[in-house]
Amino acid sequence: MSASLNITSAVVDPALLDLPWNLPLDSWPDDAIVTLPKGISRHLVRFVHLSGYVVAIKETTEEMARREYDMLRTLQRLDAPCVEPVAVITGRASDDGAELMPVLVTRHLRFSLPYRALYSQTLRPSTATRLVDALAVLLVRLHLAGFFWGDVSLSNTLFRRDAGAFAAYLVDAETGQLYEGGLSNGQRENDLEIARVNIAGELLDLEAGGRLDENIDAIDVSNGIVEAYRSLWSELTGWEAFDQTERWRITQRVERLNDLGFDIEELAITTAGDSTQVRIKPKVVDAGHHSRRLLRLTGIDAGENQARRLLNDLDSYAAASYPGSDVDEEQVAHEWLSRVFEPVIRAIPRELRGKLEEPEVFHQLLEHRWYLSQNESRAISLAEALSSYIDSVLRHRRDEATVIAPVTESIGVPTLDTAAMPVIDDADSDAPGSWRDKI
Amino acid sequence: MASVKYDKATRLYPGSTVPAVDALDLDIADGEFLVLVGPSGCGKSTSLRMLAGLEEVNAGDIFIGDRNVTDIPPKDRDIAMVFQNYALYPHMSVAENMGFALKIAGVNKDERATRVLEAAKLLDLEPYLDRKPKALSGGQRQRVAMGRAIVRQPQVFLMDEPLSNLDAKLRVQTRTQIASLQRRLGVTTVYVTHDQTEALTMGDRICVLKDGILQQVGTPRELYETPNNVFVAGFIGSPAMNLFPAELADGGVKFGTAVTPVERSVIDAAGGKVVTVGVRPEDLIVSTSGNGLPVEVDIVEELGADGYLYGHADVVGQRVDIVARVDGRVHPHSGETVFITPEPKHVHVFNAESGERLNSAVAIG
Repeated sequence: MSASLNITSAVVDPALLDLPWNLPLDSWPDDAIVTLPKGISRHLVRFVHLSGYVVAIKETTEEMARREYDMLRTLQRLDAPCVEPVAVITGRASDDGAELMPVLVTRHLRFSLPYRALYSQTLRPSTATRLVDALAVLLVRLHLAGFFWGDVSLSNTLFRRDAGAFAAYLVDAETGQLYEGGLSNGQRENDLEIARVNIAGELLDLEAGGRLDENIDAIDVSNGIVEAYRSLWSELTGWEAFDQTERWRITQRVERLNDLGFDIEELAITTAGDSTQVRIKPKVVDAGHHSRRLLRLTGIDAGENQARRLLNDLDSYAAASYPGSDVDEEQVAHEWLSRVFEPVIRAIPRELRGKLEEPEVFHQLLEHRWYLSQNESRAISLAEALSSYIDSVLRHRRDEATVIAPVTESIGVPTLDTAAMPVIDDADSDAPGSWRDKI
Repeated sequence: MASVKYDKATRLYPGSTVPAVDALDLDIADGEFLVLVGPSGCGKSTSLRMLAGLEEVNAGDIFIGDRNVTDIPPKDRDIAMVFQNYALYPHMSVAENMGFALKIAGVNKDERATRVLEAAKLLDLEPYLDRKPKALSGGQRQRVAMGRAIVRQPQVFLMDEPLSNLDAKLRVQTRTQIASLQRRLGVTTVYVTHDQTEALTMGDRICVLKDGILQQVGTPRELYETPNNVFVAGFIGSPAMNLFPAELADGGVKFGTAVTPVERSVIDAAGGKVVTVGVRPEDLIVSTSGNGLPVEVDIVEELGADGYLYGHADVVGQRVDIVARVDGRVHPHSGETVFITPEPKHVHVFNAESGERLNSAVAIG
């Protein structure tokens, strides 16, 4: 190993040193690699087990690795949903002294999935729409933090199941830039246009590969991000004017935002001189309203929609257990946790625990109970629903704790030595017929 | 295609008192390749982003053709930002990869085919239109990405340091490709770089910025031969121009024991006893004896036919570093003292205080 190996890392994990840094990433031994990424991405990315978790390792230039590492750390400090940077490693050299490319190491988000892992045969319309909606929320959150992404796409995002919806996380911050004074409308519009075009490209590519449900219009779905983004953005940041007598509308706006999963940290309220008009505008909003409440009450770390679902169950539990009484919220939460949530989680056989995150299991169990009750037209107990759920649903799912699929299956424009890029001489890859028919 | 005009365009970031771009006046002709160049923080990227609609324009206007685009959203400006991390999609053919953005924009099928074919011809990609990207070489993939921008037939191409992430070899290749492609297409192009070599080799004209203020705009030759001020003189050219203080003497400026003649008007305009002189490394005559400014040789870098002598001299009580081009085989060695004088017609004279140019253009050739 090179004597000058240089590791920059906030939390040094000694296990990092044991990896074969003296070999180019593409020739790392199979025992180090979790699963080979398929396809060709802009940079070589591979996944490796490291003391109990999985990391993604990307070979790139030193400048880009450091920039992205710093950017991801900043985004984490801002509480933006993104992957966790682990280290930048430079000064790599092979045993014969040849210089090897620097790498960026990020931690794989447990239970997160690339969009290409979210369908078995073809991508269904409802899934496509939920992916686009999740990406719109992510984009709004990043823009609120002053982050211009520059390469918004499904490929650069990871998705976690979130009680019937998805929560999106930024994976690739290479092109991003943070603006202290916030983004201009032009910058936001540009990111949105990039998102629209990239999503369309990704869906059209699935279509070309026969992987898109025939009921999906790729262009319609990609246009959906514009609408989803705009309506959320204006709800979160827009002015609202009303008469002095309608001051309840302030509370209403706050509640609407809470329902969307956002808390208001500051609200600007203005009244114009002698007018009776009041104008309000949220100044600082923070995502994770339900997640934070659930975490505070129970210590459960869940996605926003999962948290909403669990809190609903907690509220019904309180109403059923203490009808009409004003009982301490934290006390009930503790009770619900030990009498409802934890017994369910403990009942999941150990070998099935890698299938889904705990809050997602609980959410699905509640769904399952609802369907059973509907079918049998009677009230089903949680215990009864649980055994049915484990045997008829959970057991048949794949493990999603560390689904490793390529971060991106798109082929990038080379930024590195082109001679090293594989050219696949594959005459079969020529589309049969003329390109004119397909364009 | 269209011209571009910045009319006193200013960008002041919130919370800042100094504009990032200060009243920029710049006319870019239809079909021209203009390079914005300058050190980090000079305002070049901000200027480009103002044209793209990504930065607000706080004062002044920006025109594309006759249209004032100052308040028009980016996607309605008919511009294309090239090399914005274009990905190629593996299941789509080269033709589909190049044309899908047109499909989104609602361009009809015949028109899409026409434009894709036209772009493919320009990019030497016609034989590969049916291929999938994985069967292309790295260079061909890059051309497909360029094709994506070309088929949109924008009025203006914008490129913000497109080569900064490439390795050195690929950077040189791509530089040439972009420049020749732009000439074939004839689309007005604004290109941002911090690298003066890139600027000199690619641009029809170069616009040098510093601290948000335009320093000079001109052809590469004009900037090289007649820099307006000390900043441009030092920024353009590699190795950089030698710039050091020199005392005025009767009829010229002193180089050690020698006096190099300069125009009477220059001496009158100097308004003092000292000026800043600039001489490019290739315009210094190095001798081992005789008249001139004594320079102690630190090192000579041999580059084959030529070499560069790096040394230092004592000028008006200051130590200054000197670079001179020398013969690659026969040259002085480190530790020796040599005497330098400039080629008489190749001395740039600047006001010692303001840094502004005092003499007329130096002779060319």
